[in-house]
Amino acid sequence: MTDQAASAATGAIESRSETLLHIEDIRKYFKVRSHAGTSRAEVKAVDGVTLDVRRGETLGLVGETGCGKSTLARCMARLYDLTSGKVVFEDHDISRTSRRGLRPVRRQMQMIFQDPYGSLNPRRRVGSIIGDPFAIHQIGDRKDRKGKVQELMQLVGLNPEHYNRFPNEFSGGQRQRIGVARALALQPRLIVCDEPVSALDVSIQAQVLNLLTDLQQEFGLTYVFITHDLSVVRHVSDRIAVMYLGKVVEVARTDDIFSTTRHPYTKALLSALPVPDPDAADSRERIVLTGDMPSPINPPPACRFHTRCPKAQEICSREEPPLVPVLGDDGSHLTACHFPLEVGETLRPGTVAQREGG
Amino acid sequence: MSMGSSDVRFDEDVAKEVEVGASPVEGRSPWLLAWQRLRHDRVAMISLGVIVLIALVAIFAPVFTHITGHPPNQQYLRQGTTSAGLPLSPNGKFWLGTDNLGRDILVRIAFGARISLAVGVVATLLTVAIGVVVGLAAGFFRGIVDTILARLVDVVLSVPFILVAVALVSIAGPGLTMTVLVIGFFSWASVARIVRGQVLSIREREYVEAARSLGASNFRIMFIDILPNVLAQVIVYTTLLIPVVIVTQATLSFLGLGLQPPTADWGGMLAESQTYYTVAWWFVAFPGIALLITTLAFNLFGDGVRDAFDPRAGR
Amino acid sequence: MALLEVDDLHVSFDTPDGVVRAVRGVSFTVEPGQTLGIVGESGSGKSVATQSLTGLAAGAKVTGAAMFDGLDLLHASSREMRHIRGRRIGMIFQDPLSSLHPAYSVGWQIVEMIRAHEAVPRRRARERAIELLDLVRIPNARARVDDYPHQFSGGMRQRVMIAMAMALSPSLLIADEPTTALDVTVQAQVLKVMQDVQAEFGTAIILITHDLGVIAEIADEVVVMYAGQVMERARRREAFYQYHHPYTEGLLASLPARGGTRERLTPIPGSPPSLLGKLDPCPFVPRCPYVFDKCRREEPPLAPVYPGEHHLSACWLDPDRARSRESAHTDPAPDIAPVRP
Repeated sequence: MTDQAASAATGAIESRSETLLHIEDIRKYFKVRSHAGTSRAEVKAVDGVTLDVRRGETLGLVGETGCGKSTLARCMARLYDLTSGKVVFEDHDISRTSRRGLRPVRRQMQMIFQDPYGSLNPRRRVGSIIGDPFAIHQIGDRKDRKGKVQELMQLVGLNPEHYNRFPNEFSGGQRQRIGVARALALQPRLIVCDEPVSALDVSIQAQVLNLLTDLQQEFGLTYVFITHDLSVVRHVSDRIAVMYLGKVVEVARTDDIFSTTRHPYTKALLSALPVPDPDAADSRERIVLTGDMPSPINPPPACRFHTRCPKAQEICSREEPPLVPVLGDDGSHLTACHFPLEVGETLRPGTVAQREGG
Repeated sequence: MSMGSSDVRFDEDVAKEVEVGASPVEGRSPWLLAWQRLRHDRVAMISLGVIVLIALVAIFAPVFTHITGHPPNQQYLRQGTTSAGLPLSPNGKFWLGTDNLGRDILVRIAFGARISLAVGVVATLLTVAIGVVVGLAAGFFRGIVDTILARLVDVVLSVPFILVAVALVSIAGPGLTMTVLVIGFFSWASVARIVRGQVLSIREREYVEAARSLGASNFRIMFIDILPNVLAQVIVYTTLLIPVVIVTQATLSFLGLGLQPPTADWGGMLAESQTYYTVAWWFVAFPGIALLITTLAFNLFGDGVRDAFDPRAGR
Repeated sequence: MALLEVDDLHVSFDTPDGVVRAVRGVSFTVEPGQTLGIVGESGSGKSVATQSLTGLAAGAKVTGAAMFDGLDLLHASSREMRHIRGRRIGMIFQDPLSSLHPAYSVGWQIVEMIRAHEAVPRRRARERAIELLDLVRIPNARARVDDYPHQFSGGMRQRVMIAMAMALSPSLLIADEPTTALDVTVQAQVLKVMQDVQAEFGTAIILITHDLGVIAEIADEVVVMYAGQVMERARRREAFYQYHHPYTEGLLASLPARGGTRERLTPIPGSPPSLLGKLDPCPFVPRCPYVFDKCRREEPPLAPVYPGEHHLSACWLDPDRARSRESAHTDPAPDIAPVRP
């Protein structure tokens, strides 16, 4: 497809719309062959999520294992087919588009993966990996591509002369940069980053995060940033959506999530986060949740969190709380809870953990 | 793309000071690394030497005729057999002795090497090619394609080899082509099974997902991303398959289903030697040893190749 | 009297690419009942160092001394080591799934562990196993003692590992990245259990991690490792507020918790060195913002920052660097009411 046709398929280059990506009531269920072989169980990885991603922002998706954030990200990028729901990218409904129809969209929406060791084909040279997007979409000839690839390598802080090296000759941080270069090749609008720094050493994480920030400013990128690390998400995101068992429980601007936490789960998450500061660690009350995360095959009815929530009452197991502004919050702060927290309210915790002095 | 002023840009001078993490070695492909490991494996290198030697013997088989003056199928009934018509033991004229028809065993072994190697290599390559394609398709497409192909593989692998060989030969007559076809008929299935297993695991890797997210077509993913990673295992299996094929070919000839006399072929020679082994040990021993050395060399080399590709497996 | 005294530990491996010197002269002590946090990134040698203490570093060349209760661990016979491992020193690793045998129930594994070291009748050992599972807060321990590892979640498996490690009340527990693979809320549970266990048994803990947050929570003493050497040793508060070594400083400065939203972070430029070849006398030289001539010529010893002090640093810089600082961290959950003891 030519460049012009591609941009026509995904909307005018200068789109006026504020919302880059809109997802509505997305559900993604995976069939599981149950051990007993009797019933056909389904893993409800994403169970009804509605979100907007605004142009130029970084939306953080936070949650623990099994919350469905990675699945949601892949549904957003249409790497999975949806069980139900809508995905609208730049005013084009791509919920049911075929693989071929999605090809031009792929140029606008890219992904950066978590595992710097698994996301690059070990048998291909780095230049070929970064140049893959050009080859796939038949842009430029071989000589052009080489030039572009080397430009990209320089852009992300890699030595362009290492064009012919193999992934195993690079460190973890450098491999992640290769992944970033590959994602940038086609100048996408939206990049979905799936835990891009989780597998890296601490001192390298900062380098890659800076790189992502710089690139965003330079190219006007929009990020969906998935992570389990709350300190990272706080640093990179404009808005944060907290997920639990396939649903979004709270979404707000970053500062609001931290200063005006409404949902008990969010609160528990924040309090569990170890802070690299002994004074803060000593003086904080840590809320340790009892029990384990329920299985996504059989999530609790109504509010998914009610089985572990210190504030749960009878209505929580009967009626699912809607994701709406609560307690006078404005439209940017949505919470799904029947008994949201007031500012300064402490959760009556299951177990209190406190450090005895320093 | 414009070049901004971000200090993230790659800076030559900074890089020289600070690029301590990257490997000091340039462009070492996984293939090169494997070859280097192989080179240091003494047993494997010796085996490779033996294989090369056998290949040379096969190629230059006519030289043996030239030196001894005996063509492979030439019968020397007067000078090559005893008065009782029995094979002659190794002597000055016939270095490895003669067979029941007075033919020079040494020369026949040399020419037999041609058959063994040719069939061994050609039949194996053909087999592997088919197996790889089938395995790729089954593992990649899953669903109904996989079900059909996998069942086909299961069926082929359950068929009793000898019965089918006999049946096919009785229909089409024995010979070289028959041998290659029969071998090919059975061997592709085991390759396909292995390749399918590999593909199933590789297709879950993140780099395949990455290729998909870029919009790569199925074809491209199969051949550019998956195949190179399957190739290592395939190569290992191929080197270990060759000796099996060689022995199978010899077996077919032994059973009279393969190449027919007077063609010089190790299996055939072993068949002919059955009646004479009590009086002519050399008639059995030398073709047997030739077969043994060849298969052993390939097996040891194959082990070395496997260890070179996956050094952890050996420990 | 220190429980464990490690002196000048060197560990190297022969690899096809050359000799990898993973640990290059490491010394530290662990007092009874204390928690020592060993912090470092990949390639720092932190895991290899502790593995070599318990004889688990396969194929390694080890020199130095490690005095544990009168016995030199590095030169002990394999019989002595088998006696020590499990009984006097317990271990837990990062991935409980691969450390627990999938085909035997957790109860069985704990019982076998106990009976391998003590002549205890099976029934009593089983009761003890149930007690231990209870201690690590496995709900319904009596029923779950016969469950298999795959029937537990990741966090619970890690707690089972702690139970197993504590089965014979060892005086030292070595925990190698025990919570790295766990979710934050689960991590909190596991750390709490470790603290409870320590309080109950008086066990000393060596906690290896790259997570400075975890260190701030539970370590008493901190050892910072880089490229196989100790860069700094300090008490908890000293390490965070009165650090001396530029690497410690760099680590703390590069944490995302330090920055505000969308600000640039200050990473340490470059990456950790390869352990194959020769390094500068101070291995941090290529990345240190304060490097000067002496650093390239002479190796700085791990010495007290101020004479006679407990706080050690392997750096030529002036001791006054280690003056008290304001904490630059912004607490992500400031409205959680501080609870004063």
